[in-house]
Amino acid sequence: MTIEEVQEELVDEFSMFDDWMQRYEYMIELGKSLDIIDPKYKTDDRIINGCQSKVWLHSELNDGKVIFTADSDAIITKGIVAILVRVFSGQTPQAILNSDAKFIDEIGLKEHLSPTRANGLVSMIKQMKLDAMAYQAKLNS
Amino acid sequence: MSFNIQKIRNDFPILSRKVNGYPLVYLDNAATLQKPQLVIDAIVDYYSNYNANIHRGVHTLSQEATDAYEAARQKIQKHFNAKESHEILFTPGTTYGINLVAHVFTSELKKGDEIIVSAMEHHSNIVPWQMLCERTGAILKVIPMNEEGALIFSEYEKLLSEKTKLVFVNHISNALGTINPIAKIIEYAHKVNAAVLIDGAQSCSHIKPNFQELDVDFYVTSAHKMCGPTGIGILYMKEEWGNKLPPYQGGGEMIDQVTFEKTTYAGLPFKFEAGTPNICGGIAFGAAIDYLNNIGFDAIVAHEDELLEYATKKLLEIEGLRIYGTGPDKTSVVSFNIEGIHPYDIGTILDKLGVAVRTGHHCAQPIMDFYKIPGTVRASFAFYNTLEEVDILVEAVKKAKMMLS
Repeated sequence: MTIEEVQEELVDEFSMFDDWMQRYEYMIELGKSLDIIDPKYKTDDRIINGCQSKVWLHSELNDGKVIFTADSDAIITKGIVAILVRVFSGQTPQAILNSDAKFIDEIGLKEHLSPTRANGLVSMIKQMKLDAMAYQAKLNS
Repeated sequence: MSFNIQKIRNDFPILSRKVNGYPLVYLDNAATLQKPQLVIDAIVDYYSNYNANIHRGVHTLSQEATDAYEAARQKIQKHFNAKESHEILFTPGTTYGINLVAHVFTSELKKGDEIIVSAMEHHSNIVPWQMLCERTGAILKVIPMNEEGALIFSEYEKLLSEKTKLVFVNHISNALGTINPIAKIIEYAHKVNAAVLIDGAQSCSHIKPNFQELDVDFYVTSAHKMCGPTGIGILYMKEEWGNKLPPYQGGGEMIDQVTFEKTTYAGLPFKFEAGTPNICGGIAFGAAIDYLNNIGFDAIVAHEDELLEYATKKLLEIEGLRIYGTGPDKTSVVSFNIEGIHPYDIGTILDKLGVAVRTGHHCAQPIMDFYKIPGTVRASFAFYNTLEEVDILVEAVKKAKMMLS
């Protein structure tokens, strides 16, 4: 699936819910099902700045696709991380760089997009794109 | 006057707004207090009717603005029972006042002198003392705290010696709500001739410190924690220190005579008030103090204690909930965690339910390190909060716990 397709799928899933509480409960479920990051990558240098809760993000390039794994010590943040991993993991660096995150608004989690928000969703996306940029540079060289 | 909570709530326009579809329950009062209409009116009145620069103009507006600003200073002097109004220095706020003292104290210190601070300081407030120590070669000593979140006084006594030149303690801890025994802290510091600076950012909406009775050397606070506007506060500086210490910043207002060879400084308080001050802020601060005194601090504290007691009891009924800061002397702050749940998650759900609390380390990382936690959820109550709002908080926390565990 392309990034757009995964995003549409998520928008569809979240459209089933009528209120914020159901959306959050689903997000928490997504967080719980997130593939746990290999403990050896849960190091301080992989912590994303700008989060009140801790977020660890690891990426590697596998067969031209970026594979993200992540974790957080807060469950709502972990749900957001899970959504981002689902959207961006397994995609090419170029596709990640060309994508946007407008779907976050469409699934009713707009409040997490504010740059001042302490969960650092914006920082997470930025870090994912930076990783993609580094892999893209590697592929081009 | 009698304590009429509904009448008081009506004074605060913001308390009738909704957040995320729910009536706002504002429990982040330790961060900043909301403003009564009377303070908002004072700001509008100043800019609408007599905005002018002060202390120099011969024209009517300037006279009126100067009179109002200086009347506010006298109001603040009276409120805190300072001996002289020129001991009340207007500042942009608590942090500025602390930095001012830390800066001008450079001339008082030599290598090997000691500064004592407490383990429960706002971490940003530790930095000015570290910088002062770097400049002078003085040494920073820390008063430890116990598991209840209270300072260990016997350890403080041990730290005091003839090398101690300055003691810096907050009146009330922002993260835990602990009220520190500042009268005793000052008394013991003075026995070794050390000066004392008290950070009153958290205290002045709950307590009315009496500067002369405390015999404190320096005391700082911010107007916005007392229903006043942001960007204005005071540094109380005992006159003998004001005369002795050098100015902090150079500029207008703080000078007497200037030639290229020599400048003589203005007297107190202007020596420490360089540049055009926050005139409107000072005047509105005065209005806020009038407002609080009109309700009365005894009534405020009685109501807040009731809120604290009720909230503590109700919250502790939630399984797995632990409160941090459980000493006997504390103000209306409940800092807590629920076992296995990140404070950030709880805060996020509470916000969705219209309940405003603070989560995180509350700029007091040393305290969080002490308890080995990433942070807490902090609900801080003000005199305009109600028992019904405590119930809403407790129900919201239960809901959050259900969703998150």
